[in-house]
Amino acid sequence: MAKITIDGRQYDVDETDNVLKVALSKGFDLPYFCWHPELHSVGACRQCAVKQYKNGDDTQGQIAMACMTPASDGSLFSISDNEAAEMRAQVVEWLMINHPHDCAVCEEGGECHLQDMTLMTGHTRRRYIGPKRTHRNQNLGPFISHEMNRCIACYRCVRYYRDYADGNDLRALGSHMNVYFGRDTDGPFENEFSGNLVEVCPTGVFTDKTLGAHYIRKWDLQNAPSICTHCSLGCNTSPGSRRGELRRIQNRYHGEINHYFLCDRGRFGAGFTTRDDRPRQPLSRSANNVLEPVAKDDAIAAVRQAIASGRAIGIGSPRASIEDNYALRHLLGAEHFVNGLSAAESRASHAVRDLLADNANHIATLREVESCDAVFVIGEDVTQTAPRLALSLRQSAKTKHFELARAANIPKWHARAVHEAGQHHYNPIFEATPAATRLQDITAESTHGDAQTIAQLAFAVASRLDSQAPAPSNVDDELLKRAEIIAETLRNATKPLIVVGTGLGDSDVVTAAGNVMKALTTANDAAQIFPTLLEANSLGMSLFDAPSIDHALTQVESGDVDTLVVNQNDIFERAPTHRVDAVLKNLKNLVVLDHSLTETTARADHVLPAGSFAEADGTLINNEGRAQRFFQVFISEGPIQETWRWCADLARALGRPVRWNGMDDLITAIVDELPQFAGIQDAAPSQSFRKAGMRFPRGTHRQAARTALYAEIDVRERRPEVDADSALSFSMEGYHGSELPSELLAYAYAPGWESNQQAITRFQDEVGGHLKMGDPGVRIMTSKDNGGYTKLPQTNSDGGGWRVAPRYHIFDSESQSARAPAIAERVNGRQITVNRASADKLGVADGDSLSITIDGDALSLPVAIDDSLGDQVIGIPIGSQGVSGVHAASQVEA
Amino acid sequence: MSVLSDAEIEEIRHEMALYEDPQAATIEALNVVQNHRGWVSDESLEAAAEVVGVTPTQMEAVATFYNLIFRKPVGRNVIMICDSISCYLTGYESVRDHLKTSLGIDFGQTTSDNRFTLLPICCLGNCGNGPAMRVGNDYHGNLTPETIDTILADYV
Ligand code: SF4
Ligand code: SF4
Ligand code: FES
Ligand code: FES
Repeated sequence: MAKITIDGRQYDVDETDNVLKVALSKGFDLPYFCWHPELHSVGACRQCAVKQYKNGDDTQGQIAMACMTPASDGSLFSISDNEAAEMRAQVVEWLMINHPHDCAVCEEGGECHLQDMTLMTGHTRRRYIGPKRTHRNQNLGPFISHEMNRCIACYRCVRYYRDYADGNDLRALGSHMNVYFGRDTDGPFENEFSGNLVEVCPTGVFTDKTLGAHYIRKWDLQNAPSICTHCSLGCNTSPGSRRGELRRIQNRYHGEINHYFLCDRGRFGAGFTTRDDRPRQPLSRSANNVLEPVAKDDAIAAVRQAIASGRAIGIGSPRASIEDNYALRHLLGAEHFVNGLSAAESRASHAVRDLLADNANHIATLREVESCDAVFVIGEDVTQTAPRLALSLRQSAKTKHFELARAANIPKWHARAVHEAGQHHYNPIFEATPAATRLQDITAESTHGDAQTIAQLAFAVASRLDSQAPAPSNVDDELLKRAEIIAETLRNATKPLIVVGTGLGDSDVVTAAGNVMKALTTANDAAQIFPTLLEANSLGMSLFDAPSIDHALTQVESGDVDTLVVNQNDIFERAPTHRVDAVLKNLKNLVVLDHSLTETTARADHVLPAGSFAEADGTLINNEGRAQRFFQVFISEGPIQETWRWCADLARALGRPVRWNGMDDLITAIVDELPQFAGIQDAAPSQSFRKAGMRFPRGTHRQAARTALYAEIDVRERRPEVDADSALSFSMEGYHGSELPSELLAYAYAPGWESNQQAITRFQDEVGGHLKMGDPGVRIMTSKDNGGYTKLPQTNSDGGGWRVAPRYHIFDSESQSARAPAIAERVNGRQITVNRASADKLGVADGDSLSITIDGDALSLPVAIDDSLGDQVIGIPIGSQGVSGVHAASQVEA
Repeated sequence: MSVLSDAEIEEIRHEMALYEDPQAATIEALNVVQNHRGWVSDESLEAAAEVVGVTPTQMEAVATFYNLIFRKPVGRNVIMICDSISCYLTGYESVRDHLKTSLGIDFGQTTSDNRFTLLPICCLGNCGNGPAMRVGNDYHGNLTPETIDTILADYV
């Protein structure tokens, strides 16, 4: 702790911080550009000038860059000093010399850090009348627009993209008066986290192209606090809408999860909600066998009839909320409800649930991952299945830089010096995956093999860590040597981390991770586990304790069930096509509630248009067992409503009691009936919560044209809708004060700070820390120690056969984001992968087409050689351009 | 097939071997290519990037940072005239004007016989003898319009 004085007032601060960070945290409006809470200081822009005084007698003082000055004990500063203020105004004026002053047509306008700083420094008149340098812009693909003329050369973009995200295709090109931030040629950025440039760049150089396609200013967007639904990590997002249409996804700061950054799947994947082919009306199959729109009441009557007259089973979904799933289970009864996961994924997800319960006190948050000093990734290609985790793992590797800098007395915020001190030294990351991954540039050592080999390696590591842990026999020496090294490194780490996932659909891999954790935590209480699952609510589904989708299919096959009611799920993703085909043919009725026109939807007899995350409220349980609430962004035109409302309507039509009208009663009903979900009621304030008698706004104070928004339809102003499910309002009115609960913070705007990454400062306990009112969500996993080590699984050693490696792709393997046009544009042809020896054996060369059968389905795709794969292993692409529901134990014939 | 010759690739590999981090040879790789070809085309930049193991963007960042790496074709002799402060004070402007009119080209251009390319450059470290210029690898100081003509006559 240190005491420093700013403008005559003394503050208690952390002396390892710099003066800029401290001043911002204490609420000062001190302009800056090149500094960023995650990228730290380089002192490049000279915008954060302050006056520093030697002592109380020093009246002269000298200009210092706040971001490059340590907050050391007893130091004295002035921000309001005239000279400092004048310098800051000059800096902006000089940065603006080449700027085109095109705010009126710039998509950054209204949330632009450059606009804010120009205003904050008082540079409101342009004096420069000379020519300006101009640039040619690049086509950076479907995600990001490029307008280089607006660049102020603060270097934030390369510092984020190169130094933080480890991307290699964005650099500062040129020099001195002619610096250009871009790629060597046109084309999309290769890094999976490129979208953050949109928020990191303080100007309108990089903007969100998907927003640009139907552009609206920040102040006119209607937002809601939301949760990304495209993987299990539960990054917090702030979707913005206008006139009942989703326009963009922006980051919503969460101090323990995503903090400032999202992945590109999460940021650009919401286009599935605005597709033309999306069912927006109830549909019923007509006499001539096509789905035709029907009135809501007729649809309810028809579905009621289908359920009443048949033997129905409900299929839940890991991409839908606890509420939607519970409502379906309630409608059809607990014994007629399945969790909607494939059999293999269900087993693996249940294993993760148990792993979390066993290690309830050792579950890392995504933020904690960044400070772990040795990592063992077991089985999962995280960049493709839990993308944001890869960005955090990259930081964990770089934590070594901070350690080396500390030893050399370099302050942690001195970005270039820390980088130089760190050079190529990284904390060790070990990966055991079927093939090389996108993390290979930072891994200490990778082991590639099939699921069984990976599990064996992990079991061997556990046994090396603790002799009590069962040691696998018949493991080859090479693997044992690796196990030895990994165990040794984990043992010596201060804060070792185990990452494991369900992507291989193999529960042995998960239980092996459990043994490693048990062995680690015996000796080191700081050891952490970070499991990943495949979908936003996969863990939530495992908590239902329901059977997998297999049970539903079997029931139909045996004739015990003739009606399926499917909630936001595509059965074709969960089981082999020929099997699903046969099951659907044998059904009397297929009822689908969904927001996407999936293969299952297309086969339905009745379709009820369900709300996506944008048109519904709900709770999701993320990979760390954290319950988080997402809120409806807008009320859609027409009969789209939450699955849980459809289920309530149907239950009433069937004459069954329904205890809920809105989210509050529904959540109470869930917790009453299923105690494992206790805690979800605390994930957000209840719908009756008010501050100073007020609700919490979805719109900004400056929302324009409300009275004329629908003028071409009706000149009378519409009444704002009343939200029956949450404490938010569908308007700009409401509580804007500093005690706005974090869970209800729909967007970040603060006086003087309009850009998202900077405005959020005013809602944090310190810059880059936690949200003042607490980071959203509650952990609901209760601790349960299962006692000893898990026994080794049976190994199967059928030497001859082919084995499957499911291979994921960030843009193709998650069904909903893959439907977003911008995302789909980034997937160009998936392939079956094999190593060279396997290719020779199969008699194929790179690029040839290969036909195989997998779990009885034919699959024909081009082959790509990937020599990181093991012998006899066939990499199968998971997703729209490959197959779904494939797992490590799938049967493949080539 | 790489667009680079075997000799170029071998020289680049040699440079890479001299560094702990082979990527540190990025600059040398550009020099190798330029020594062989006089300038660095997009294609040879991409090929050199592949040899060094960096992306073309990384290679381009280095290439465009250094004004002695030429990303456009240049003439047989490259004249680089210093426009920094000492030379500016000692007569840079008349030397510059003379060069432009006598060669009939502006900065960044090449004479039609491909004999000279004219470029500005910052301080050549020859400040005591300003105005100064560099032609190819040779340094010339105390320039006047008259001496320039004599000097350039030697470059064919
Ligand atoms: S592109 Fe944006 S982030 Fe990059 S240097 Fe220019 S203004 Fe800064
Ligand atoms: S897909 Fe996953 S990692 Fe990406 S933003 Fe969404 S929750 Fe975060
Ligand atoms: S923010 Fe301090 S110099 Fe740029
Ligand atoms: S200023 Fe011209 S050589 Fe130094």
